[in-house]
Amino acid sequence: MTAIGDRAPSFTLPDTDGHDHSLETPAVVVFTCNHCPYALAWHERIASAARDYPDVRFYAINPNDAERYPRDSLEAMRERVASEDWTMPYLRDDSQDVARAFGAKTTPDIFVLDADGLLRYRGAPDADHLDPSLDASWLREALDCLRASEDVTRPETDPVGCSIKWKR
Amino acid sequence: MSGDPAVELLFWEGCPSHPEALEGLRRILREEGVGTAVELVEVTSDEQARRERFPGSPTIRIDGEDIVPPGEGDPFSLTCRVYRTRDGRYSPLPDPEDVRAAVRRAA
Repeated sequence: MTAIGDRAPSFTLPDTDGHDHSLETPAVVVFTCNHCPYALAWHERIASAARDYPDVRFYAINPNDAERYPRDSLEAMRERVASEDWTMPYLRDDSQDVARAFGAKTTPDIFVLDADGLLRYRGAPDADHLDPSLDASWLREALDCLRASEDVTRPETDPVGCSIKWKR
Repeated sequence: MSGDPAVELLFWEGCPSHPEALEGLRRILREEGVGTAVELVEVTSDEQARRERFPGSPTIRIDGEDIVPPGEGDPFSLTCRVYRTRDGRYSPLPDPEDVRAAVRRAA
């Protein structure tokens, strides 16, 4: 479980092509998935932020139990990446160890790490999954604070979405 | 009103969208002058989800008909349901106009 100000756990996870990605900072780590409407509703806003902050690494991580939720299988992830414009690697956390180490609760659940790997923001992308005009404003606010070497004004919000589907 | 349709909202507690779905459904029923109470059905297991043909939370049925029929082959399980709004966006809730249209058809 990572709290604000803590050093985030490192990880190396495979993407949908089997290439490993190791955490490099500053970074945005997004726990997300294919089957959750909240994750899908917010996805384009997060992808857009990834385009607008090229100096920050973005990682999308799917930790869900694919046996119970086949729409989160590696194959389904691969199909999604092939059919959409992804601006970040889509990683598979099959053991769920990374989600556990971060203390992720939902999809989506966002963790913003500064250049030293310290957690500076955790929570939802913005205040309303139904309103695209919000444009991941909480995430962008945190990234702007990092860029300006300032304290993040709103370091924590409640993550909103589907619960992570832990293996039984 | 004796001819009011039977309205059910099936939900799974693990998905946070059902309170908002219920509030929206009740508002639309009120606006359409339908006095029927919404019957809440909690789905708590995958076995019950299959039995109830529950494609995800929330699911609204009017006179037994899903207001947004699930696709062929969609699994029945404890999950949040993915809807599309009329302008094509993903949403955890059905488009309010789809709810309204279903209420009008049944009323």
